[in-house]
Amino acid sequence: MIKYQLLFFIPLISTVLTYPAGKLIGDKAAQYLSSGLILAASLLSWYLFIQFVQGSDIEFIVPVLDWLLISGKFFNWGVSINSLTLLMLTLVLTVSALVHIYSIEYMSHDNSKTRFMTYLSLFTFCMVALVVSDNLIQLFFGWEGVGLASYLLIGFWHHKKSANLAAMKAFLVNRVADFGFLIGIATLYICLDTLSINDVIAQKDKLYQIQITFLGQQINALVFACFFLFIGAMGKSAQFGFHTWLPDAMEGPTPVSALIHAATMVTAGVFLTVRFSELMVMSDFVMTFVLTIGLMTAFFAASVGFFQKDIKKVIAYSTCSQLGFMFVACGLGAFNVAIFHLITHGYFKALLFLSSGSVIHGVHDEQDMDKMGNLFTKMKFTAIMMWIGTLAIIGFPYSSGYFSKDLILSSSFNLNQNGALVYVILAVVSAMTAFYSFRLIFKVFHGNYRGEYKYEKIHESGFFMLTPLFILSIGAIFAGYFLKDIIAGNNLNDFWRGVIFIGSSEHHYSSMFTILSKSLVGLGVLIAVYYYGFQEVKLLQLKNQFRSIYLFVLNKWYFDELYDKIFVKPTYNLGKFLWKNIDQGLVDRFIPNGGAAIVDKISKKIKRIQSGFIFDYTFIIIMGFTLFITIIFYTSIA
Amino acid sequence: MTSLSYNHFFILSLIIFMIGCFGLFLNRRNMILILMCIEIILLAANINFVSASVFLNDINGQIFSIFILTIAAAEAAIGLAILVIYFRNKGEIDVTQINRLKD
Repeated sequence: MIKYQLLFFIPLISTVLTYPAGKLIGDKAAQYLSSGLILAASLLSWYLFIQFVQGSDIEFIVPVLDWLLISGKFFNWGVSINSLTLLMLTLVLTVSALVHIYSIEYMSHDNSKTRFMTYLSLFTFCMVALVVSDNLIQLFFGWEGVGLASYLLIGFWHHKKSANLAAMKAFLVNRVADFGFLIGIATLYICLDTLSINDVIAQKDKLYQIQITFLGQQINALVFACFFLFIGAMGKSAQFGFHTWLPDAMEGPTPVSALIHAATMVTAGVFLTVRFSELMVMSDFVMTFVLTIGLMTAFFAASVGFFQKDIKKVIAYSTCSQLGFMFVACGLGAFNVAIFHLITHGYFKALLFLSSGSVIHGVHDEQDMDKMGNLFTKMKFTAIMMWIGTLAIIGFPYSSGYFSKDLILSSSFNLNQNGALVYVILAVVSAMTAFYSFRLIFKVFHGNYRGEYKYEKIHESGFFMLTPLFILSIGAIFAGYFLKDIIAGNNLNDFWRGVIFIGSSEHHYSSMFTILSKSLVGLGVLIAVYYYGFQEVKLLQLKNQFRSIYLFVLNKWYFDELYDKIFVKPTYNLGKFLWKNIDQGLVDRFIPNGGAAIVDKISKKIKRIQSGFIFDYTFIIIMGFTLFITIIFYTSIA
Repeated sequence: MTSLSYNHFFILSLIIFMIGCFGLFLNRRNMILILMCIEIILLAANINFVSASVFLNDINGQIFSIFILTIAAAEAAIGLAILVIYFRNKGEIDVTQINRLKD
């Protein structure tokens, strides 16, 4: 059992030890220490995963510590081991370990290396706590913990104002969604009097029969709880409406973007939805909502990714779009496919981000793609890695994206009525993905160099940055091939063992549709290659011709401006009004300042008594004495 | 009509005493006023003595008041004499300047 507990404790040990170790044995050694610890945890997770797959346990819960006692019930730290959590753990710990190693070199010029490593380990610990949780309290702890780590890491370069603002934005947007998550948890607790995830799932029929009154409406408790749990998931996974924080989060260092804002934390929403899949499928409304949100996000983010200039923002929007794909799979009832895409996406998106980090490192912290170009000759290895990641994301045959994305596309025929529509949207979005991914490749690695930084000085990254890239590229190429049979093959029940909901896998799917989607993707690639590889002048003409559409897309559909008008400005003005008029104008003016003024006035009057002349004091003494005698006299005769 | 009690006389003497005191301290310039206030204070004491002697049936109080009257007269005479000499030297009776006498 200790090996399961170790999974939980190794990241915590790394969190606690890294900073003091940095003071004692030097920054470099502390970086090696934390990387080594997380690497050990990731190897352990793979060992446990393989052991679990070969064994036959359905699920077991390893208690770690007693935690809270609320109205006679314990909520404990525990490690819940089943196929879903172990699969997630391998992804989280592997990517985390690689990012730790990558950061050794990437942050080598930074002054606070150990702080960075501490935050990374803190994030890993919270993510592990989230994933392995067997109750909703611990899950919520992990949920908030990764949010905190994300906040700290986005704002890591705290001297940059934009980084601070982005960190705050991420935290606040997540807070809104987390409120929904809390409502979901509270509903489950009130209705079922338990927060253990397994108990909740076991009592789903009971939950389905409970009606609750909300705003004068009778609503089914299960629908209500699932809806608000999904609101929480939307915030974490940056879905349509809550997506605004994710692109801004790219202010953080690139390893952070790879770990938190691509591979692991943002997929926590998908993980949550899948963890409660048994509940989700009972409500048609929630499933349709999930599907709609997923589709909207996938399309929206892909369209915004078209013309972004910042290399990281393109990848950020593509993350957002791929998360939409995962939710589409959830909404279609193909939860195993969602997890499959989550895993493969984790590998190839981490690869893309770390490669772009290598590029940014090479061209001396330049992120604008307009100032890159023709980097292929300078950094061949990174370029090849980026190519592999891009081929994986567009679903090049037999790369990992090919398997997972195709499964999502074919799952759209789980729906009877609108399956074809969903399919077409997904195919179009795939083509858009192909377009902007190849646009990135061509702008960065091919064509002519347009930057200001000296071309001769551009250099390939070193060993510590390229090794994680290489390992991730293996994942990006082969993860789909090896995991397909396990997660979504014919014998998928041997792996899942009833932990998540598995729908019927009979598709009305013909190979025609594969050809359609693949040819659309190919078209997207060709357009990107044509315009960005050879005909940039024509592209400019097109941009001028459709200037309004171009600006609309470039400005992210004006979402930030809209939110600024609806939420930020009124809140800001309300805060300013309360500050200026209520706090300063009313409370401060009358209570502290007014009180002080009264005391001041009285003391000014009273201090006249102390004139310093002896006859004044004599006068007061005699008067007092007379008064005193009189009082004594009257009290004695009374 | 309620009969006069010792209280009434006590309060009367208290009021007169207070008037004397206030006069003494609030006016710090005019020496004649100071002398008059001292007289008033002494009179207040006298009233107290006499009334107490009446209500306690003790003649000593009234004898004492005669002593006080004589002493008050003597004191007023000395005070006025100083005042006259002071006025002759200085041409004013401002008490605030009286410390110059030592020069």
